[in-house]
Formats: sequence, C-alpha cells, structure tokens
Amino acid sequence: MAQLTSANRMAGLRAAPSFAERIDLPQRVVFLAAASMIGIVILLLGFITWQGLQLFLKDGVPVTQVLSTTWQPDSTSPDVTFGLLPFIAGTVFVTAVALLISTPLSVGLALFLSEVAPRWARAIVQPALEIFVGIPSVVWGWLGITILVPFLSDTFHHDFVLSLPVVGEVFRAPGFLTGFSWLAGSLVLSIMVLPTITSVSFDAFRAIPQELRTGSLALGTTRWQTIRHILIPAALPGVLTAVVLGMTRAAGEALAVQMVIGNSPMMPQAISQPVTTLTSQITLDMGNTVFGEPWQDALWTMSLVLLIISITSVVLVRVINKRRMAS
Amino acid sequence: MTATASSAGSGSRGPSPSLRHRRSSGSILADRAATVVLWGTGIFVLLLLGAIILHFAVAAWGVVSPSFVLNDPSDSALGGIMPVLWNSLYMLALTMLIAIPVGLLGGIYMSEYAGDNPITSAIRFAEEAISSVPSIVVGLFGLILFVDNFHMGFTALGGALALTLFNLPLMTRLSEQALRAVPQDERSASLALGATKWQTIRHVVVPLAIPGLVTGVILTAGRVFGEAAVLLFTSGIGTPAHYDFANLDLTNPASPWSPFRPATTLSVYIWKLQSEGLGAFKNQIIDGSAAILISMVLIFNLGARLVGRLLTRRLTAA
Repeated sequence: MAQLTSANRMAGLRAAPSFAERIDLPQRVVFLAAASMIGIVILLLGFITWQGLQLFLKDGVPVTQVLSTTWQPDSTSPDVTFGLLPFIAGTVFVTAVALLISTPLSVGLALFLSEVAPRWARAIVQPALEIFVGIPSVVWGWLGITILVPFLSDTFHHDFVLSLPVVGEVFRAPGFLTGFSWLAGSLVLSIMVLPTITSVSFDAFRAIPQELRTGSLALGTTRWQTIRHILIPAALPGVLTAVVLGMTRAAGEALAVQMVIGNSPMMPQAISQPVTTLTSQITLDMGNTVFGEPWQDALWTMSLVLLIISITSVVLVRVINKRRMAS
Repeated sequence: MTATASSAGSGSRGPSPSLRHRRSSGSILADRAATVVLWGTGIFVLLLLGAIILHFAVAAWGVVSPSFVLNDPSDSALGGIMPVLWNSLYMLALTMLIAIPVGLLGGIYMSEYAGDNPITSAIRFAEEAISSVPSIVVGLFGLILFVDNFHMGFTALGGALALTLFNLPLMTRLSEQALRAVPQDERSASLALGATKWQTIRHVVVPLAIPGLVTGVILTAGRVFGEAAVLLFTSGIGTPAHYDFANLDLTNPASPWSPFRPATTLSVYIWKLQSEGLGAFKNQIIDGSAAILISMVLIFNLGARLVGRLLTRRLTAA
C-alpha cells in the first residue's frame, strides 16, 4: 500500500497524502482493538497480584505459614492458620490423575482421527468432540453428582472390589463414603480436557509430512510400527503442548470439580478421599467472606497461585514450540 | 525419497531378510490390536456423547414443557426458569454486542496490518495468556474491577464485560483466521483498481470472510451461553422472582431490560440450586435446565455449521 501511494505521488497524481491518509484512522482503531488485550493482561496481572499479596503485606501472614498444611481461616478460632498447601496439592494431584487418564485416550483418539479413521468416521467424531467442548462445566458437574459419584460409591463398596489386593486397600481408606472424591474430580476433568488434548495432538499429527509415512510403510513396517516409531516421536512437541494446554484447563476448572470433589481441605492421601482444590475453595468461600478480611485475602492469594500456574504454562508452551521450530 | 528408492531397489529381489523379519506375525498382530484400540477410542467418544444426550432426554422428560420455559420459579411447585433463561439470552446479547466489534477489529489488525515486530508478539502473548487464565480468576478480576473499584455492584453489565474480556482472544483469533483465509489475489486486485487499503478491507476482504466470521461468532456465543464461573462474582447469584417486561426504563434496576441489575443466568442457577437448593423439585429443575443448556449447545454447533455452509455456497455462487 505504501508503495502504491508513493508510486502515485511520483507520477504526480497526488501532491501530498491527504489528511485522512496521514492519520489513517482505521489502522489506529483496529490496532487499539487488538492492543486492548495487552491492557487487559496488564490490568489483570496487576490487580490479582496486588490483591494476592495483601495476605502478606496487610495481614502480616508469613510466607512459611502459607506453605503449611493447616487451613483454619475462621477469625473466631483461637489459632488462625492460612496453610494453602492442601489446595495447591489438591489442584496438582487431581490434575495429574486427570491427565494420566486423559492423555492416552486423547492421543489415541487423535491418532484414530488422523491415521486410521475413514472420512465418514472422522465426519462423525469431530463434530461430536466440538459438542463436548461446548457442554458447560456445570452440566459436567451435575452429571458427576447424579451418575459418577453414586456409581463410584456403589462400585467401590462392593465386597468383590474391597477384596482385591491393591484396589481394595485404596477404597477401604476412611472417607470414601459418598463417592465425592479426588477420583471423581479427576474423572470429570479427564473428560473435560479430552477435546483440548485431542484437537491439539491431532493438529500435530496432521502436520507431519506425508513422506514420513510413505517412507516408513515402504520399508515394510506395519501402520502401528509407523505410528510408534515415526509419528509419535515426530509429533512429540505438539503432543506435549497439548498436554500442557489440557493441564492448564484442568487446573483452572472450577465449578465441575467443586461439585464432585468433596471439598475437604486436607492433604490428598488416597485417591478415594474427598479433597479440595484452589478453584473449589475460591468458588465456595468468596461469597461468604467480607472484602478486606484475612480469610478473603487468602482466597486472593489462591487466585494469584492459579494465575502463576496459567502464565507459566503459556511460557512453557512457547518454549516447547520454539524448540520444535529450531530442531 | 531414499525410502522409495530402497524399496524399489529391493523389489526385484524380494524384501530383504531383515525387512521380512520386521513384519513378523507378532507385529501384524500388534498392528491389528492397535487398530482395534484406536477405533475403540472413537467409538467410546460417540457412545459417551450419545449416553449423555440420552440421559438428559430421559431426565428432562416430563420436566421441560412450555410452562417450564415460560413460568417464574416457585417454592412449592416445579415452577419455571423464565427469568434465568431470559438473563442468559440477555447476557449473551450484551456480551456479543461488545465482543463482536472489538474482536472483529482486533482480528482485522492481526490479519491485515500486524507486522513481524515486538508489539505483534506482545499481542499474541496476551491473547494466549488471557485464554489460559482460569475463568474463576477472570470472574475475580471482574469482581475487583467492576464491583469494588467502579462500585457497580453485581450487574449484568459487569458480567457481560467480564465475559467479553474472557472471550476476546477467541473472537479475535477466529476473526483473524477467517480473514486470513481470503486469497491474497482478491486484495491485490482491489488495490490495483486504486482502492485504498481500508476500502479493500471493508468492501472486499470482510465480505469474503463472512462465512468464517459468522461461524466464529456462533462458536463464541456457544461458549458465552454456558459460562458460569466468570459470572458468580460479577453478575450475581440471587434468584430473580419475577420480571415485569413492561418496565422499559433502562436505568431502573427493576426492569429486566436494564444492564444495571443483578442477572443470574441459567448456568449459574444450576450451580446455585445444586449447592444450596433444598426444594423438593431441585433435581427436576436442574435436569430440565441442563437439558435446555445442552440443546442450546447443539443448536449453536449445528447452527455454526449450517450457516457457514449456506453463506459459503451463496457467496461463492454469486
């Protein structure tokens, strides 16, 4: 465009750029619209960081206390303690198990869609995944409460299950009465992050040049050998990105997890016990606390931890992708 | 290249012993098993989705009816969900009213103007950062910004603004993709005819991108409609009793048309009912509401596909 106008000018078609051309109002407006996101991020980081630090700055709670395991926020109790470790550990463990369940399933599904499925099957499964993405988290939580939790409770109190060697031990652990548990939270999350991990891994498999497949198959390998020894290694950075994105979504999911996890602020010990997460506790307590009291400040500190987790994962994805570009 | 060459070379003599060994009966068996497992993942997803839809169809049977959709909530009887459904639609409209222009303009910048410079990468980073921030944290940001700092209280406007900034990255990215899909030749042709850059964008690029843009809008709308965590602490969780639609005074918090009032949406209502509701009809109301949410998701998804396809056909045929 700049070349065109200068060409016009050289040809003497126009003496000088018009006022409107010099200002280029449209460009400024569209730039502002895009750059507004930078402003949002700065504001968000600023506000959440400031609020999150109040627990230390205003209420004088030492950082070491926050890293303890006792959560006793009620100001009427004799020993008020703001230990956030149960929530951080809960978020990490619930997310980890969710990813352990979801990653093989999602990568398998991505491989199915990219390598195995005929066109008609892909045309059915892909829209189904989009519908999964669209199902609101309260609906997942409600399904968890009405179907998953009673199922877990029934199944794992069954004499047969309790008589099993390792599994029985886990479910004989105290606390697993109602089915609201770490396991329930992880299962709900594993389905919720399935579309994220699947679609990003699918893109990674699709991006592999066709020559790698034909080359491998021409050497006489089976499709599975090609997948295992060629495609999965080649797509590994992409699959890793997918898992990080799934992790971000799982760690940040609030309502569905809160509905099924049991909300017990204790360090996670057995997968059958009720635990809690950062998001669950914020969801539950924010409305019941007063702005400015230490209890609520502790909730803001939790949200700061969540923010740090999510920004770290964005940076992590960038690093993974930069490596891929370099190699 | 080397692969094709070597296989062609060995073709005349038959596969070399090492290659024949690789395709042993064991590896063929493993291949068959893998194929079955991979098909299994696809079938699992379809069965799960089918089961969920079937479950809600059964659970909502006898609950969802015209009166359920059109009546006010009731303490003693099943009642209806009209006010919260209205709020969901209202919040959707208010959010999209802000998000569509800003997202489209931002998409235009990213697709047509953005150069390879630090500002562009900063915008990209911000885009990814906002998308990855948990929705509950975005809700808290709305709480501190709109409710506490601007002293707005719990309002539909505050909720819509929080939803907008949460969905702005998605809207911007989908717009950018739709605009980038327009062939470069169209731009060159327009510029060659003497149109300015902005005339080209307005009269050539955006109209050609409309199918993609509409799909983007509908997909964003689907996400906005079901969102709850952002709204818990911005637009409030109180149960509205009754709305008087004759009250058109936009500044009056009692008017259902006013953006300056608390607005509990359908998703938030489900969360609230399950966490504190004790009513005899709690489960039926939640099942019915969830069924309506799922139907809306299906409608948004199918709508995005259908409208996108129809618009593409019409625009490319013309």
